[in-house]
Amino acid sequence: MPLLDPSGPIGAAEKSVLLTAIGLMLIVVVPVFLMTFWFAWRYRASNRKARYAPEWASSGKIELAVWLVPAVIVSLLGLLTWNATHRLSPYRPLASAKDPLPIDAVAMNWKWLFIYPRQHIATVNQLALPTNVPVSFRLTSQTVMASFFIPRLGSQIYAMPGMRTKLHLLADKAGIYTGRNFQFSGRGYSWMQFQVIATSPQKFDVWIDKIKRSSRKLNLAAFQKLERPSIETPTIYYAAVHPHLFEYIIHQVMTGQGTYASNGAVDVG
Amino acid sequence: MLGKLTLAAIPYHNPIIMGAVGFALAAAAAVSGLITYYGKWRYLWNEWLTSVDHKKIGIMYVILALVMLLRGFADAIMMRSQQALAYGSSRGYLPPHHFDQVFTAHGTIMIFFMAMPFLVGLMNIAVPQQIGARDVAFPFMNSVSLWLTAVGAMLVMVSLGIGDFSRAGWPGYPPLSELRYSPDSGVDYWIWAIQLSGIGTLMTGINFLVTILKMRAPGMTLMRMPVFTWTALCTSILIVLAFPILTATLALLTLDRYLGMHFFTAGHGGNLMMYTNLFWMWGHPEVYILILPAFGVFSEVVATFSGKRLFGYSMMVYATIAITFLSFTVWLHHFFTMGASANVNAFFGITTMVIAIPTGVKIFNWLFTMYRGRVRFTTPMLWTLGFIVTFTIGGMSGVLLAVPPADFVLHNSELVVAHFHNVLIPGSLFGYFAGYAYWFPKAFGFRLDERWGRRAFWAWLVGFYVAFMPLYILGLMGMPRRMDYDINPAWHPYLEIAALGAAIIALGIACQIAQLVASFRKRAATRDLSGDPWDGRTLEWSLPSPPPFYNFARIPIVRDRDAFADIKQRGAAYRRPARYHDIHMPKNTAAGFLIGAFALLFGFAMVWHIWWLAASGAFAILVLVVARATREDTDYIVPAAEIERIETLRYRRLAAAGIIPAEPQGGGLPAFEPAE
Amino acid sequence: MSVEVARHFATPLEERARSDAVANAAYGFWIYIMSDCVLFAALFATFIVLSRNYAGGPTGKNLIDLPYTFAETMLLLCSSLSCGLATLGVNRHSARQAALWLIVTFLLGLGFIGMEVNEFRHMVLIGADPERSGFLSGFFTLVATHGAHVGAGLIWMAVMLAQIAAKGLTVRVRSRLLRLGMFWHFLDIIWVGVFTLVYLRGAI
Repeated sequence: MPLLDPSGPIGAAEKSVLLTAIGLMLIVVVPVFLMTFWFAWRYRASNRKARYAPEWASSGKIELAVWLVPAVIVSLLGLLTWNATHRLSPYRPLASAKDPLPIDAVAMNWKWLFIYPRQHIATVNQLALPTNVPVSFRLTSQTVMASFFIPRLGSQIYAMPGMRTKLHLLADKAGIYTGRNFQFSGRGYSWMQFQVIATSPQKFDVWIDKIKRSSRKLNLAAFQKLERPSIETPTIYYAAVHPHLFEYIIHQVMTGQGTYASNGAVDVG
Repeated sequence: MLGKLTLAAIPYHNPIIMGAVGFALAAAAAVSGLITYYGKWRYLWNEWLTSVDHKKIGIMYVILALVMLLRGFADAIMMRSQQALAYGSSRGYLPPHHFDQVFTAHGTIMIFFMAMPFLVGLMNIAVPQQIGARDVAFPFMNSVSLWLTAVGAMLVMVSLGIGDFSRAGWPGYPPLSELRYSPDSGVDYWIWAIQLSGIGTLMTGINFLVTILKMRAPGMTLMRMPVFTWTALCTSILIVLAFPILTATLALLTLDRYLGMHFFTAGHGGNLMMYTNLFWMWGHPEVYILILPAFGVFSEVVATFSGKRLFGYSMMVYATIAITFLSFTVWLHHFFTMGASANVNAFFGITTMVIAIPTGVKIFNWLFTMYRGRVRFTTPMLWTLGFIVTFTIGGMSGVLLAVPPADFVLHNSELVVAHFHNVLIPGSLFGYFAGYAYWFPKAFGFRLDERWGRRAFWAWLVGFYVAFMPLYILGLMGMPRRMDYDINPAWHPYLEIAALGAAIIALGIACQIAQLVASFRKRAATRDLSGDPWDGRTLEWSLPSPPPFYNFARIPIVRDRDAFADIKQRGAAYRRPARYHDIHMPKNTAAGFLIGAFALLFGFAMVWHIWWLAASGAFAILVLVVARATREDTDYIVPAAEIERIETLRYRRLAAAGIIPAEPQGGGLPAFEPAE
Repeated sequence: MSVEVARHFATPLEERARSDAVANAAYGFWIYIMSDCVLFAALFATFIVLSRNYAGGPTGKNLIDLPYTFAETMLLLCSSLSCGLATLGVNRHSARQAALWLIVTFLLGLGFIGMEVNEFRHMVLIGADPERSGFLSGFFTLVATHGAHVGAGLIWMAVMLAQIAAKGLTVRVRSRLLRLGMFWHFLDIIWVGVFTLVYLRGAI
C-alpha cells in the first residue's frame, strides 16, 4: 500500500500522522464497540437477572466523562493537526542543503505536461526526480480542475486553470512510482496517470541528456497540437520548450484564448 | 420551436440505457394498469395527489424515496460491476460517457431524491403528531414542497431517455460543469432538478420551523419535546440557512451556462474556487441535514425499545444544537488540497474535529439508555445497533480525514468514498429504515413483518461491510475515486469483494420488498389495534393507527417529557373528552400538483432551451399561485358531531380489543373532564 | 376543600392560539426573509470576491454614476415611506388610504426599476455587459436579483390592489398586505447593502 510504504519524507510524515490519529481515536472507539455488544447482550429483555432502572436517565459523572474524554482527545488531535499542517504545508519548501529542483506541471486533457525550466526540456506523462533532492513544483491546469498526486511520495495538490499552486516533495528511495490525477476531469480521467522515475542524481542527468537528444521541440505549434484532447497518451520527450510556457498557459486560460473560443462549446472527444 | 431538442437526443444506440428506459416505462405502465384495474384513479386523485394532509404527504415522500433508492442503487451496481471488470486492459461494459453519468446520477439521486425525501417524509408523518398538532403550519405549501421534489426526481428520470445526465460529478465543479467542457443537456438537467426540488426543500424548512415553534400542545415546552422533533427543528434551521446558498450558487452557474457570464469560468475574471467554497458552505450543513433526523429516530427507538427514558436528554438537545451551529464552520475540509494556507487548513481541520465531540456524546447517551433497560431486538432496534457500531468507524475515518496532512494523501481516494458511505448508510439510511419500521404501523395500521425485517437488516449490514471495507484499503493503496478504466490489477480483488457486497445489499433490498408484500398479505394478523404497538413514549402513539385526518380530537395538555409515557403512568391514557369542538381543517387542492406539473414543463423546457414553453410554464405557476392567494374558501369546518362520531367508533374498537374497559350498561365510557 | 383537577385537554382558545393563521403566516414569512438574506449574502460574497476581476474591461469607476444611484435610492426609500403609510391605512381599516399609498409605492418602485433597466441598457450599449468580466457578471447579477425581487413585489402589489378593490380589507387581505410590507422594507435594506458595497465602494 503506497500510503503506508512511502518513499519520501513528506509521505512518511503523513503516514505517521495517519497512524497517530487512528491510535488516538481508538481510545474512544474501542469502548464504544465493547459497550454496544455488552449492553445489548446483558440488558436484553429476556435477561431478567439484569437490573432494570427505567427512570434512570442522567448521571453527572457519565455526562462529564463523555464530554471530557472526547474533548481531550480532540484537543490532542487538534495540537497534532496544527503542528502537522504547518510542517507539511505543500507550499513550505523542504529543509535541505541542496538547491531545489523546479518543475512545472500542467494538467491537460487528459495527460500531464512536465516542464523542467532549468534544463529547458519537457515531457508528457513521465517525471524523473533525483533522489534526496527537494523538488519544487509549480502547478496549473490548461483545462479543468485536476489534482496532482504521487501516492508514494505524499501530498497531493489541485492544479487549477488560470491559477498556480505549489508543492514541495522529495524522493529518498529510488524506484518507479505512479502518479495520477485524483480530481475527476472528464472522459479521459482514468488514463491520466504518469510514470515517476526516482533515481540517483547521476542517472537523472543521463535522463535529461537523453531527452535533450530527442527530435521534438515544444514550440507553440507543437503545444497547440498537444492541446487536443487525447487519452492513453504515450510518453513524449521534448528537447526544447517555448520560454515561459507555464506563464503563457496561465495567461492563455485567463484570457479565454487558445484553440477554443471563449465559452464556446467544445468537442472534448 | 423545440429549442435544442431533437430526436437525436434519445440514446437509441445505448442498449443499457434503452433497457433502463424500457424497464421504467414498463414499471410505470404496470402501476397505471393496476390502478385502472382496481378503479382507483379517482381515489388516488382525491385522497392522495390533491391531499394537504401531512401524514399522506409524508407517505408519498417516503414512497418517492424508496423508488429512487432502487434507481440510485441500480447505479451503484453498475459502478461496482464496471470497476470489478475493467482492470488491466479490459474495458468492462460501460463506455466512459456512460460511467461518468452513472456516478453523477448516483450521488445526485441518493442525496437529493432518496435521502432528502426520506427524512422529510418521516418528519412529515411524525412531527405534527409528536407535538400534539393537527397538521403543519402551511399545509398547502407542504403539498407544493412534495410535488417540486417529485418533479426534480422526474427530471432526473427523464434525462435517462431524452438527452444525457450530467457527467460532472454530483457537486458539479466548474470549469468541468461549465458550457465549454459540458456542452450538452446533462449539467442543465442536474441544475434544474436540484433547483426545483431545492425550492421545495426550503419551503419544508420554513414550514417545520413555524410548526415546531408555534404549534406545540400546551405544556410542551421546548425541553419537553421529543428528541426527533428537536432534530427536526435543527434540521429545519439548517435547511433555511443552507439551501439559499445552493440556490444562489447553481443560479450563478446557470448564468454562466445560459448567458455566458463569468462567475466560475477559468478566464475573463471568473473564480472557480468561489464555486467550491459556496457549494460546500451548503454541502456541509446538508450532510447534517441528512443525519440529524436519523439521530432523532435513533433516540426515539433506543428509548422505546429499551423500555427506558432517553439518557441525558438535555445533553442530547445541547449536542444537537452544537452540531447545528458547528456545521457551518467546517466546509473547507472538503478541499484541503486546494492550496489554502496552513493556518486556514488547520483551523478548519480543528473545527471539523470539534464536531465529533457532540456526536460522540450522543452515541454514549444512546448506549447508556440501553444500560439497565430491557432491550427488545425489534427491527428498528437492530438498525440502531448496527448504526452505533458501524457509524463509529465512519466517524473515525472522518476525523482522520479532518487532519489536513492525512487528507493530502487521502483526498478523492476510495477511502473518502468509504468514509462518507460509512456515515451516510449506517447513519442516515439505517436511521430512515428504523423510522420507516417504527412509524409504519402508525401510518398504515399494521406492522411490518419482523422476520423479513431482520433478514433485510442482516443483509444490509453484512453487505455494507463487504462492499465498503475494501474501499478503505483501496484508498490506502492509492486508488482514486470515479475511475472507470485502466484499473491497477492489484486493486482488482478488493473491487471484486466490493461488488459482492453490493450484491448482498441487493438481497437486503429484495428482503425489504418481500417484507412489504408479506406484511400487506398478513396485515389482518398484525393490525395495530391500540395505536401503540411498541409501548411508545411520545404523543403519536396515543392516536389510532392510522390517525383520523385531524389527528387529535382534542389537543392534549403535556406535563412532562415523553408525554405519552407520562400520561400512561398517570393512568390517563385514552381519556375520553366530555365534549368535542368544531375543527378547522384545510381543504385538499389540486394546485400543489398542478404547480408541480408546470414546474416539470418549465424545468424540461429550460434544459432544452425551449423558451416559449419555459415562459408559459412559469406564467402558469404564477397564475396558480395568485389564484390560490385569492381564494377565501381554502378551509372547512368539521362539525363537533362528526368528530364525536369518529371518536366513538374508535373507543368502541379500543374496548373491543380489550385496551380500555368496555362500556358499562347504558352509560358513557369513563370520561373525565371538568366543565370548561 | 376543592381538589385541583388536572386538565387533560386544551381549550378551544388554546387551540386557536396555536393555529393562528395570520400570526403563523407572518412568522413564516420572516423566516423566508431570513433565508432570502442568506441568498443575498451569497451573492454579495461572490460580488466582493469578483469585484476587482475586470479582465481588462471596464471598472466600477468607469461605470458608476453616483448621482444617478442616489436618485434611484431616493425613489426606493420614498417608496418604503409610502408603503409604511399604506400599512397605517391597513391598520386603520381604511381601504382607501391603503390602496392610495400602495399605488404611490407601486409607481415609485416602477420608477426605480425603470432607472435600473436604463442603467443596464446603457452599460450594455457601451460594451460593459455581464459577459465581459467576472466583475460585471457579479455586478449585474447582484443588482438585477434585487431588481427582480422588486419586480416581484410590484406584481404582488398589483394583485393586492385588485384584491382590495374586490374584497376590501378582509383578515386575509390585511395579512397579505402585512407580509408585502415586510418584503418591501426588506428589499430596501438589501438596497442599502447594494449601494454601499457595489456603488459607493466601486466608485472610489
